[in-house]
Amino acid sequence: MSLLTAASVAWSVLLLPVTTALFAFLSRFSLFHPIQWISESFSLLYGSYVIFSLVLLCGVVLVVGVFNLEYYTVVPSVPCTKIALLGKVLHPQQSVHSLVHSMMGIMVTWCAATMIGGRYWILAAPCSEEEGVTGQKMCLNEYYLFFLLAGAFMGYSYSLLGVVRNMNYVSFQTIQQCKYLRFKGMLPQVVRYSAVQSLYSVRNYCLFYFFFGYIPRAWICTTLNVHEDSSLHRLDTVSGLLDFRLLYHLWLSGTFLLLTWHITLLLFRIFITEAYSFPVQSSFSEDVSQCLPKVLMTFLLNQFLALQDLFLLSQQSLSRRMEVFSLSQPGGHPHNWNAICKECLSLLSDLSQRLVEYQEVVASNGRARPLSSHSDQRSTSSETLGMSTLIISSLMSLQILSIDIGLKTPSSVFLRSTSPFSSSSVNRFVGNVDPSSPWYGSVQSPHVMRRGPKLWTASTGRLKFAHVKNFLARRVLIMYLFNKLPEASSQALFADSQAHIWALEGLSNLVAASYKEDRFGVVQTMLPSILSTMLLLQEAVDKHFKLPHASSKPVRSTCCLEDSTFKTLRFALRAALKTAMYRITVTFGEHLHSVQMSAEHRKRLQQFMEYKE
Amino acid sequence: MNSLSLFPPPGPDGNITLFESNNELVCGTSLGSRQKQGWEPPSLLFPRESLKPHSRPESSSKAAFLDHRDTLWMRSARAWRDSGLSGLLDEIANCTEEEVPRWLTVGCSWTLALLRWVSSFHGSLFPHLTLSSEDMVAEFSQVLDWSDCAVRAFAWHPHTDKFAVSLLDDSIRIYNSKSATAPTLKHRLQRNVAALQWKPLCASALAVACHNCLLVWHVDPTSLSTRPSSGCAQVLSHPGHCPVTSIAWSPNGSLLLSASPVDTAMMVWDVAGESCVPLQRVGGGGVTFLSWSPDGSRVLASTPSALFRVWETRTWTCERWPCLKGRCQTGCWSPDGTRLLFSVQGEMVIYALTFTDAPGSSKAAAIVADLSETSFSTSQGQVRVGGQVQTMAWDPRGERLAVLLKGTEPEPVISQHILLPVVRSHSTTSIGFVKGESGAEPRLLQFHPHFPNGALLTVCWSNGRISHVPFFFVSAGGSVLNPGGSPPWPLPQSRAVENGERLLYTEMSS
Repeated sequence: MSLLTAASVAWSVLLLPVTTALFAFLSRFSLFHPIQWISESFSLLYGSYVIFSLVLLCGVVLVVGVFNLEYYTVVPSVPCTKIALLGKVLHPQQSVHSLVHSMMGIMVTWCAATMIGGRYWILAAPCSEEEGVTGQKMCLNEYYLFFLLAGAFMGYSYSLLGVVRNMNYVSFQTIQQCKYLRFKGMLPQVVRYSAVQSLYSVRNYCLFYFFFGYIPRAWICTTLNVHEDSSLHRLDTVSGLLDFRLLYHLWLSGTFLLLTWHITLLLFRIFITEAYSFPVQSSFSEDVSQCLPKVLMTFLLNQFLALQDLFLLSQQSLSRRMEVFSLSQPGGHPHNWNAICKECLSLLSDLSQRLVEYQEVVASNGRARPLSSHSDQRSTSSETLGMSTLIISSLMSLQILSIDIGLKTPSSVFLRSTSPFSSSSVNRFVGNVDPSSPWYGSVQSPHVMRRGPKLWTASTGRLKFAHVKNFLARRVLIMYLFNKLPEASSQALFADSQAHIWALEGLSNLVAASYKEDRFGVVQTMLPSILSTMLLLQEAVDKHFKLPHASSKPVRSTCCLEDSTFKTLRFALRAALKTAMYRITVTFGEHLHSVQMSAEHRKRLQQFMEYKE
Repeated sequence: MNSLSLFPPPGPDGNITLFESNNELVCGTSLGSRQKQGWEPPSLLFPRESLKPHSRPESSSKAAFLDHRDTLWMRSARAWRDSGLSGLLDEIANCTEEEVPRWLTVGCSWTLALLRWVSSFHGSLFPHLTLSSEDMVAEFSQVLDWSDCAVRAFAWHPHTDKFAVSLLDDSIRIYNSKSATAPTLKHRLQRNVAALQWKPLCASALAVACHNCLLVWHVDPTSLSTRPSSGCAQVLSHPGHCPVTSIAWSPNGSLLLSASPVDTAMMVWDVAGESCVPLQRVGGGGVTFLSWSPDGSRVLASTPSALFRVWETRTWTCERWPCLKGRCQTGCWSPDGTRLLFSVQGEMVIYALTFTDAPGSSKAAAIVADLSETSFSTSQGQVRVGGQVQTMAWDPRGERLAVLLKGTEPEPVISQHILLPVVRSHSTTSIGFVKGESGAEPRLLQFHPHFPNGALLTVCWSNGRISHVPFFFVSAGGSVLNPGGSPPWPLPQSRAVENGERLLYTEMSS
């Protein structure tokens, strides 16, 4: 694992000179003096500044690599509300990430500024002549400051976008290509993506500097005791920012920064998701923990790799399948098959369990609504109660979210989403709302707002109206923050479903292969439980897709690095489940009638055998 | 080697081929002369006249509908969205002088001319790029004379008695043995359908190769609706990947491949996730035809140039096979995936390639059938048959091969025929020519994937008829589920070497 990361970082370090040379070459670009441009860039490459910058950049890449390793996840955390997303962004761990990346951004742009040279060379320079007769006063070089701040900004936005877009999520490839070809295929996309992102960053940064640029400038001036050069254009003006050469350099440095980091990330992903072949069994007892059945019981990355290996062996390798179907030498027990099958089935039944619980929560949620036994007033109060419960539960879930980003239980998913009536221990909160007050029950904002004046003009003055407006605005904000994002809870439920998909594929492939290859009949003994587990899951998944938002398609992300695979995992799981069922029914055909199962399952199976699913 | 001279002469005019029994094709005048056995797929007729093709030659109708009072910005934005940079330049170059300064229009027209010159250079490298996309589909489609054919694509479901037909009016109909309803699928993006394929190990998913996207329909088999809504279709598209001329599902149903003659990358789709992995190889200038071997281990991908590739699907590396004469027009795999038959444009022969996992296997293609023109004397006089191969189909048991020939000359030669060599354990036997109604030419053929009593060939004819010709035989090598290795071809390797001059060699590449 760490070895793979080291290898990926080593490759990114090896690629650094190439990108740096390209950067140096492009930074000197001039259309009208091509020969001078080329000769200058070549002489630049041998300069000591470039060598020093390279050493520094290696350090930066190392740190980025370490952060990739520390922050990656194979199971993404899907925030179900805006407030949870906010919590994710403000989480201390994430703050460290942002801070370090801002600092490294400064370092990279410092290197870039040094390599470009010219006016980005130094922080403070003697003021120009007409400024003062003394000439000894040091003036701030605003370009330099502008550049370094841009680095910090880009580093921060890289980190921020990383958390918003789940850049730390590592998904596995649908096909097994070798590492070099994968990298080669992705590289053009990564370059394009970096360039486009850099363009957006430059735009945002210019806006930022236009409005707030004077703050850091004044701060630097006072701390370093340098002066502002009034003869030069200030950069937080329109004319100062419309310097195309500056913008070009800024964009190029941003692209360079993002490209090195993205390449590091890409290589990291490619290296750790590469298929690894675990031995099915070992004759040495000390190696047993390295064998496939044992690794399947571990967590996260190792488990995912083991499941991927199971999926591949079940499709491609006859000899390894034979090992799975083999009997233990003394005793004659199918330990390998039993362990693998048990693990896969427990994964699948966990998912069914999770889905069923989620459906129960949703169903109970629907039933609790007619809690209002009295009048209209009463129902609005329950609405308020719901709202406050929601806020509390969301706050609680924030803490939960911050503690574990690991596997989700439906209750935790639900805590993060709206469950207005799930907790009843918040009655004191309702006490704060006076039922006679005019802003009582103002949650259904648009309707009340429109009717509002008619209701209130009789009894309340202008002051109260202002109060109400204020209160409403806050409530709308809260509503916005706590409202469940559509389909997010669905995504969160299926966040780790890649494991289930592999388990289904691997298991069904093994079962189908056993028709011809299983000499001892070890698979037959498990066939009823495999079928019933799959049918149960099928039922749960079908029910889940009947819920609102569950079958709505997410927006497809355009780039390779913003991996949105997890958003569609539920569809992939549904397809894989059907394929797995069909694979078994196609292989066994009429023989399945002799498998023992409940009448309901038999009916369902019959549907599959008649190709009606 | 098999050649056309070994074939029995085609049947008399006015007769149609009904079925095969005892290694002979039986002709008759009507379909009723054979008793029915179980479910018979319906013989359908889609008259060419009843189908209205969509008269949408791209952009010709644009001027009629576009509101010309739009501002320049609006028009430019629309041109950019519709046809990219060249559209934008064209729009600006054609502006009046009041709207834009003269130097801009002149600059745009110069840039446009430069662009066209560069693209014409590109086009001279790969001539197919100069075709319009509709012509491109017609050129590379497996259907003979695609643009004028009433039936444009046909697909049997791999597991159940159900098939889908794509018609000239861009609609798709689905016929099922178990239900009387025949749903019609229509979609806004479903234009110029070049290929259809049902997803294996699934009852409902049907992939459609369209003009500028791939559609995957999910047709609920239990639904009674005759017009499933377009919400049942998933749209898969990738910029620069159109028109799609060929698609192939992996036999285990997990991946979908798509190919476009314009795009040098072949797309591997994860359909549920709607994401794709491009497999880019620059040589050849595009990918025209895909065929996945039934065991799932290899994929044939032919290009518009004299080059085709065979991908292995474990790590997705490919072997390059340069051809001598023309591009690879079609290919088909034996049921166990060890043998590939293919034909090359400009040659009237069928080549075979054998793949084994053992190292040192021969890396040369051998000629297995010669299809050059041959004369037969029948009761109506001389009949000449022969030509290039348009498409081939190998039945799922590996015992019958149907070949659709494309004639070299239009008139007196009755050239478009299907010939069916039987493949037996140690001999290639010729069966004969399948004839349709008089005046009808075959356009497309496909075997039923699991016909119990032998093989069932479905042929689409030029008059819009879809007929099914059963071949009754007892399989020599086990059942469909258990193909015990495809029978070897009679041709020993040495013979091919003697033939010498037309061998093809591979170059290994990754």
